[in-house]
Amino acid sequence: MATIAKLPTVVELRNEYAVTKAYLLVGFVALSGGVAMGLLQGLENAGIDLYPNLAPVVQSYYHGLTMHGVLNVLVWTTFFISGFLPFITVQALRTPLASRSLTWGTFWLMLAGLVLAAIPLVGDAASVLYTFYPPMQAHWAFYVGLTLVVVATWLVTLNLALTYRAWRKDHPAQRTPLAAFMSLVTFAMWTIASVGIAAEMLFLLIPWSLGLMQGTDALLARVLFWFTGHPIVYFWVLAAYVSWYTLVPRQGGGKLFSDPMARVAFILFLVLSTPIGFHHQFTDPGIEEEWKFVHSFLTFAVFFPSLMTFFNIVASLENGARARGGRGWVLWFFKMPWGDPSFAAQVLAMLTFTFGGIGGLINASANVDLIVHNTAWISGHLHLTAGTAVTLTFMGITYWLVPVLWKRALWSRRMALAQAWLWAAGMLIFSFALHTLGLMGMPRRTSMSAVTYALPEWQRYLPLIAIGGAILFISALLYFLNMVLTMVASKEPAPAMPEFAEAVSGPEDAPALLDRWPIWLTVAAVLILFAYGPSLYSLLRTTPLNNPGMRVW
Amino acid sequence: MKRKTTYYYELFWIIPSLLLPIGMLATLLFTSYGADVHLPGAEGRVDPAKLDSTPPFDNPGVVQVGPSRYEVRMVGEIWSFNPSEIHLPAGSEVTFVATSRDVVHGLFIPRTNVNVMVLPGQIARATARFDKPGTYLFICHEYCGAGHHTMAGQIIVDAADNGDRGGK
Ligand code: HEM
Ligand SMILES: [Cu+2]
Ligand SMILES: [Cu+2]
Repeated sequence: MATIAKLPTVVELRNEYAVTKAYLLVGFVALSGGVAMGLLQGLENAGIDLYPNLAPVVQSYYHGLTMHGVLNVLVWTTFFISGFLPFITVQALRTPLASRSLTWGTFWLMLAGLVLAAIPLVGDAASVLYTFYPPMQAHWAFYVGLTLVVVATWLVTLNLALTYRAWRKDHPAQRTPLAAFMSLVTFAMWTIASVGIAAEMLFLLIPWSLGLMQGTDALLARVLFWFTGHPIVYFWVLAAYVSWYTLVPRQGGGKLFSDPMARVAFILFLVLSTPIGFHHQFTDPGIEEEWKFVHSFLTFAVFFPSLMTFFNIVASLENGARARGGRGWVLWFFKMPWGDPSFAAQVLAMLTFTFGGIGGLINASANVDLIVHNTAWISGHLHLTAGTAVTLTFMGITYWLVPVLWKRALWSRRMALAQAWLWAAGMLIFSFALHTLGLMGMPRRTSMSAVTYALPEWQRYLPLIAIGGAILFISALLYFLNMVLTMVASKEPAPAMPEFAEAVSGPEDAPALLDRWPIWLTVAAVLILFAYGPSLYSLLRTTPLNNPGMRVW
Repeated sequence: MKRKTTYYYELFWIIPSLLLPIGMLATLLFTSYGADVHLPGAEGRVDPAKLDSTPPFDNPGVVQVGPSRYEVRMVGEIWSFNPSEIHLPAGSEVTFVATSRDVVHGLFIPRTNVNVMVLPGQIARATARFDKPGTYLFICHEYCGAGHHTMAGQIIVDAADNGDRGGK
């Protein structure tokens, strides 16, 4: 414990710094396009339809919505995580990434995939929304491009695994540093989970869109999509957790409450994230109700590591606040360093996530889902989770990460603080409106100013979507302004990277079993086989693959 | 903080956290098997290219199947439902049997338990009771192309039912 290993110098990690910058820049471009589309949607829902004026660029509500979904939740998240987690891992292991050519090859492959997918996406030849349910058929380049992005994420996993192996050789007896452990678990989980979408692309959608297969199967494709589509949420959330567990406690002036409990939670996420995808298909015909209940139960089970996380993080924040002189049951909360934008943004993200988590539990209850499935409630929910818990955390991280990478101080702390609070406030209004409208029966993914059947009671809440959305958009503008000015105009030297938090109950208390990868990967595989095997097998056996593709936009 | 205290704090949190999923499962099983709220299940396949010659979809519409019990055979296609207007007497229990001729659609009747995906190749089934007279909306709640926001229909539940259509 007392060995103080030297951090690798910036020169040794020049490569890692550069590639992380590259990933972040692509992520920023994606997010800025995404939030611009978000504003249009918010306004449209309230009756301010700007699409006719944007016709050559954004052809329709649904063209814009496809870009919104793809850019925000597929591109921004994936690029951010592929930059951030390897960066954190090399800092934690104090060693560079295993292969320089693999590092850059991965980035260029991911970018090439993105560009390939973006051509039909921007050209309105893939307006199938980010879930691309067949038999609605996009241009083949959309499917091939997204597949390349997925393959590139596997190469990130490979690079992390090689880096870990090299480190392990030099440190045979040491417990894996927490941040590296968590990053590895996150990418391992994702790699297992993404097999579903890869299979959907390679065996169904790509040959079918190229005309090599006449038909496809709408249900089989949905099963494969949601095999990945739920755990992808954990891919984003776990990346945020890495920061909450390993950096935020120290940013808050304290220690992580329990390192072993954090590891156990992550192993549970590794094991439980995937065999639960049917909870997105409770209302699908063609899947036995009993299997839906199995997935429902496992979804409740994955709530357990989430609650462990909640407890561990709150206890850590309290630890920091008390160290700063906080008192009382609740008052300590105000003693936290709210003036630090990186910290404040992430704590606000956590608070929002508490609501999101409760909503998620509601959605996971199979029969309650009958009320909210595919209503605006779901959009309300996913903006609390992906749109805030994840995105605002990532923004908070960039408030230190961008200064460290570009070696310039953050342009404006004040602007950053205002940005974080505006995001939280805008989201509160925005998602309150969507949740309420969902309970009133308003469908999601629907052009509300053109709808032919609007119920009168919806009208009161629709403007709130635009108001909340506009606040969110202003917040995003402040964010990007601050980022750009930091990169190009800031003159002050950068502060150091926040250090990893120590733990009250440290890694030496963690059972060594937790570092035994083969066991956990096997458990994960067995659970997946159990939860998906029978349903997938019977689908594969009976599918006539007879849904021809069509372009319906 | 002493290690022992940490340990107790952990347990104090872990045990209720474990009970929560188990309690939720119990509730789920209770509402499903006790209160009879069901999810769509596996009802079989149908060839979307041959709907016009496959019963019951060759003849979409409302059919009475018992006292106060009806079946609505429904086909979704871009961008309409067939039938798109349904008349029923109050107090009916109605099973919707639906499929799609083309892309993925949805069938959603707010304030009822009818919320089901309508997939090409699959038969979807969902049941609801209509006790209160009035007009109910049914909506396609999955994006199905450029005209998605126009895809909806109406169920008109009539109050008094003078002709005996099998009501109680
Ligand atoms: C300025 C900020 C934003 C605004 C105003 C906004 C607005 C909206 C609106 C109004 C919808 C509903 C569209 C519909 O169902 O018809 C929507 C959908 C969605 N948003 Fe956002 N959003 C914003 C930011 C984000 C962010 C940061 C993320 C995630 C990182 C995100 C992820 C999504 C997703 C996944 C959907 C569902 C798309 C679909 O149904 O295909 N949004 N957004
Ligand atoms: Cu439809
Ligand atoms: Cu539709």
